[in-house]
Amino acid sequence: MITTIIFTIVCLSLLGLGLALILYFTAQKFKVEEDPRIDDVEAILPGANCGGCGFAGCRAFAEGCVKAETLDNMFCPVGGNAVMKSVAGYLGSEMEEKAPQTAVVRCNGNCDSRPKVNNYDGYASCAVMASLYAGDTGCKYGCLGQGDCELSCKFDALKMNPRTGLPEIDADKCTSCGACVKICPKMIIELRNKGPKGKRIFVSCINKDKGGIAKKACAVACIGCTKCQKVCAYDAITMSSNLAYIDYNKCKLCRKCVVECPTNAIWEVNFPVRVPKREVAATEEH
Amino acid sequence: MSKTFSIGGIHPADNKISLNSAIENFPLMEVAYISLSQHLGAPAEPVVAKGDIVKTGQLIAKANGFISANVHSSVSGSVVSIEQFPDLTGNLIQHIVIKVEGDDWVEDIDRSTEIVREIKLSGPEIIAKIAECGVVGLGGAAFPTHIKLSPPPGKKAEYIIINGAECEPYLTSDYRIMLEKPEQIIIGTMIMMKALNVKKGFIGVENNKPKAIKKLKELCSKSYRGLKVVPLMKKYPQGGEKQLIEAILKREVPSMGLPIDTGVVVQNVGTALAVYEAVQKNKPLFEGIVTVTGKCMTEQRNFRMRVGTTFESVIFAVGGFPRDAEKLISGGPMMGKAVSRIEASMVKSTSSLLLLTESETRRGEEGNCIRCAKCVEACPMGLEPFLLNRLSRSCRVEDLEANLVYDCIECGSCMYSCPANIPLLDTIRISKAQVLKILRNRPKK
Repeated sequence: MITTIIFTIVCLSLLGLGLALILYFTAQKFKVEEDPRIDDVEAILPGANCGGCGFAGCRAFAEGCVKAETLDNMFCPVGGNAVMKSVAGYLGSEMEEKAPQTAVVRCNGNCDSRPKVNNYDGYASCAVMASLYAGDTGCKYGCLGQGDCELSCKFDALKMNPRTGLPEIDADKCTSCGACVKICPKMIIELRNKGPKGKRIFVSCINKDKGGIAKKACAVACIGCTKCQKVCAYDAITMSSNLAYIDYNKCKLCRKCVVECPTNAIWEVNFPVRVPKREVAATEEH
Repeated sequence: MSKTFSIGGIHPADNKISLNSAIENFPLMEVAYISLSQHLGAPAEPVVAKGDIVKTGQLIAKANGFISANVHSSVSGSVVSIEQFPDLTGNLIQHIVIKVEGDDWVEDIDRSTEIVREIKLSGPEIIAKIAECGVVGLGGAAFPTHIKLSPPPGKKAEYIIINGAECEPYLTSDYRIMLEKPEQIIIGTMIMMKALNVKKGFIGVENNKPKAIKKLKELCSKSYRGLKVVPLMKKYPQGGEKQLIEAILKREVPSMGLPIDTGVVVQNVGTALAVYEAVQKNKPLFEGIVTVTGKCMTEQRNFRMRVGTTFESVIFAVGGFPRDAEKLISGGPMMGKAVSRIEASMVKSTSSLLLLTESETRRGEEGNCIRCAKCVEACPMGLEPFLLNRLSRSCRVEDLEANLVYDCIECGSCMYSCPANIPLLDTIRISKAQVLKILRNRPKK
């Protein structure tokens, strides 16, 4: 009886030892050399795996950072400058500071200003809707309102407003990962600099039609009148195919264009409320 | 025994209510809006200017680029403007707007009803004539016919198949022309056979049109020997090019290939008629047969309608929108497109205007896939729609490519058969476009 037990124990131990040795030598033979710094860099990163940096996830980005010679083209939008500084500090390389960005919605045609001309009864997805036709309003450039962007946002920063039918972005939560920018079939959402104290001015419209057609479809469309361009003292506004665009690097936030715009297509965000001169339209909501 | 394709297919209710109403001429409109983008490809280049007086059948826009066709005026009158108007999808397209004054046709169009049987032109002349007259495929995609009749170098057509299947429910325009102008269709086919230099042709007709089959058969056996009428089983999508070729010749079009790869050219019966009119009667393509139908309407009719007639005027001519009308579809209920703007106007390939009620168009609530495989059974291309749908929703592009999403012909059989109301076609169509875009941009080996 006792010999059987001892025999079993010895047998199993020897077998285990033998297999362990095989495993050990195989592991040594086929070892994958991995830079230990990758793990450390990954630990510094936010771990959101959003893909905003252009890599498949945080691990891939960490690998990229370690392998890259300079950190010039590497930026984690979620962690921002703080995280990139510590990554650069750890790796002993230099990094460029980038101005923090946020996503902005360049369509402000809500249900009142941009009336529906037909009812869409298909599958509730912007991508499907855009593949079928121009949209349920007169403007073929405008927001379709099915909320693909809301689904794409991993940070809870983007919400569809059921009252206006447009997405609204919480700039504090937005990490500028760009997921919504990529998913929007109408290319309405753009990443822009947050601006000093969150103050920013942008054209909230991407309608490229001629003024008359644009205005007919939507009361708050950019009609390409070039008034804003003329009033801008800093050459920040460019016009192309009946649409104004404000370069956020040149804009000095003087707000002259906002007053000038006849259709209120230019939005100012986080500015103090203006005194009676002109009604402030929906600025604070955004 | 009627022939059919081997896999998949569905049997939607026929609903061909306008079957017995003869083709009537639609009254001339006051203003014609003629689109310069009648089909995919580059828009045509206008050759008239504001204020010009044009005659019916006069060239008003020239083909511009490879996939493009001439556009002719469908009315006589003066050009009011050339400006942007929405098409049925709501996109703004350049239109030539003509104010109608009388109906003065270009002199060299033969307007007699006499049938011209002798084909005088040679092959290349026929193709040039077809291109000049702006004939496009009337089966739906409106691909310019002269391109289809000039196979790329190295490929040779052996057969021509004329598609008279009309497998879509409701539509009867092809049936009516087969009944009213059978000999013209056959002569049109003979013309195309001469242009392609093929000796044998088939006319495929679904067996729910016995009168048309009988009429065509009589004519073919009497005086047109090279042609054979093939009765087909009633099954959707019998009229799909690939399905038709398989049903008639038992040949399979290769994946990503064209019918010409199997030595076949497929044309619609409407196209055959347009070819006849262009070559024998010198009449450009500026009118078409349109079925105006719907269960909610008091009368369902077949009209001969000029290109540029607005949908609005058509609906009002047949008594306006019924109270319970919910959706207007251009084309058949399976593959047609919903009209989002009724101010849009008819193009060359418009085959039907269909009014549906709320109960007919309502989509059921989407449920979960229960793996019943009804979609797999229904798919005429042998794909697995449930799988493609799942892959599409998680954007797995490589897997979509591996599962041949680009072979989808967008017939909608899967969505029709799904008991859980999953929008299979919607999701698959997006991935198909995505994958095709990637394939096109991929460097060729």
